[in-house]
Amino acid sequence: MLPSLTVIAVLIAVWWLVVDLTRSAIFPTPWQVVMGTVELIRDGTLWEHIGASLMRVATGFGLAVLFAVPLGLWMGWVKGAFSTLNPIFQILRPISPIAWIPIAILWFGVGNASPIFLIFISSVFPMVVQTTAGVHTIERRYLRAAENFGVSRYTLFRRVIIPAVLPQIIVGMRIGLGVAWLVVVAAEMIALHSGLGYLIIDSRNAGNRYDLVISGMVIIGLIGLSLDGTMRLLEGLKIVRWRYVR
Amino acid sequence: MSAKIAVKGLKKGFITDQGLLQVVNGISFDVADGEFVAFVGPSGCGKTTLMNIIAGFDPPDEGTVKVDGASRSGPSAKGILISQHGSVFPWLTVQQNLMFGLNGHAPSNKEQLADHYADLVGLKGFEMSYPHELSGGMLKRAELARALVVKPEILYMDEPFSALDALLSLRMRKEFLRILAEERHTVVLITHDVEEAIHLADRIFVLSARPAHIKATFAVPFEHPRRLSSPEAQGLKESILRELGV
Repeated sequence: MLPSLTVIAVLIAVWWLVVDLTRSAIFPTPWQVVMGTVELIRDGTLWEHIGASLMRVATGFGLAVLFAVPLGLWMGWVKGAFSTLNPIFQILRPISPIAWIPIAILWFGVGNASPIFLIFISSVFPMVVQTTAGVHTIERRYLRAAENFGVSRYTLFRRVIIPAVLPQIIVGMRIGLGVAWLVVVAAEMIALHSGLGYLIIDSRNAGNRYDLVISGMVIIGLIGLSLDGTMRLLEGLKIVRWRYVR
Repeated sequence: MSAKIAVKGLKKGFITDQGLLQVVNGISFDVADGEFVAFVGPSGCGKTTLMNIIAGFDPPDEGTVKVDGASRSGPSAKGILISQHGSVFPWLTVQQNLMFGLNGHAPSNKEQLADHYADLVGLKGFEMSYPHELSGGMLKRAELARALVVKPEILYMDEPFSALDALLSLRMRKEFLRILAEERHTVVLITHDVEEAIHLADRIFVLSARPAHIKATFAVPFEHPRRLSSPEAQGLKESILRELGV
């Protein structure tokens, strides 16, 4: 903990020093960024922007989970579904979500639906891939044991397949949420009138407020970190801990 | 009286890059109800393949396996396989594992049964533990209890104690005999440990090197509890080892 805090402190010091030495008129000092942030907190706009971004991520990511997990389970379990759908996913997956922005605007306009669609697109593929891989890597001895005891399909799914794949699903969700947070900021820079991405691009356009630009960037980083931390908490659940021990 | 398990003319081979690899080559034997038979053979001789066929997981190329006079068509809870690597579900607690195969019982009965068998194998107090919190020996006990709780008529045991150290393996054998004295099962055991076979079985089949066939059959006429150091047991061990070419 201490070394990483030291690195951060040194970086801030260097930043401050360079801005002071070059007497930059536009690039802010760390202190100016802090004051800019205080200003955003005082007039309440910061919470609006954070709330807007989080709401879009929650909606798009939530829809992606609801879509990807059942689809991934199905593709993992049914060979025909995998061989039919996997090629399409492998083609769609490497397309950057940013490339979808023009299409999103065409289909959904510049309201909330566009970024939600982009978040959905960006997080759905990693989750489908991870879930499918999770089913494929269930060890045969567990499936055989389930077969041996002659349990119903319902018990097989509820007691064997779902819990066996859950750790992989959580990995997929971590990746998906990380990508979703990257994308929401990018999407908000193109259109819309709220959100952290909008805050950044608007601060630059409306009078070169680079203190607010950097403030927005830092806040995005911190929220991204805490989102990942939240997903990591899921890895501590009793039902998936078997995967991370030994 | 007809045999509990009647095996006739089993053959099994696998297609490899070098052509057909014959693994099981014409194996026939009968097991009486309540009898304990053991197969000993050199490693890689096709023991596990044979077990998978008898337990119903793999179809033979030729030959038949009849249980209670009926041809077998896949595994069933009538005969539970305990494999070398174990298949206790790591995502379920000991109690949930034991309740896994119990269909058609009221939930409270399930718990009672599970706890009774956990007690029987010496896992009292660990019902709520997850497998990764248990030692190797306790894991074996859980595996055994999960098989016993569904009251199978037959136990198929493939090197059940070979992953344990010698002392623990001996202790598990003794406890297993104690349980068998309480509730009689028909047991088919596969092992490479001649002493283990003499300790446990009523009859011992010696398998040849691959492709496996039965080279010799030995009856074990000793009363339980058996003293492995007795001259008779030592003599039997030497005869079996001679058949194995050691």
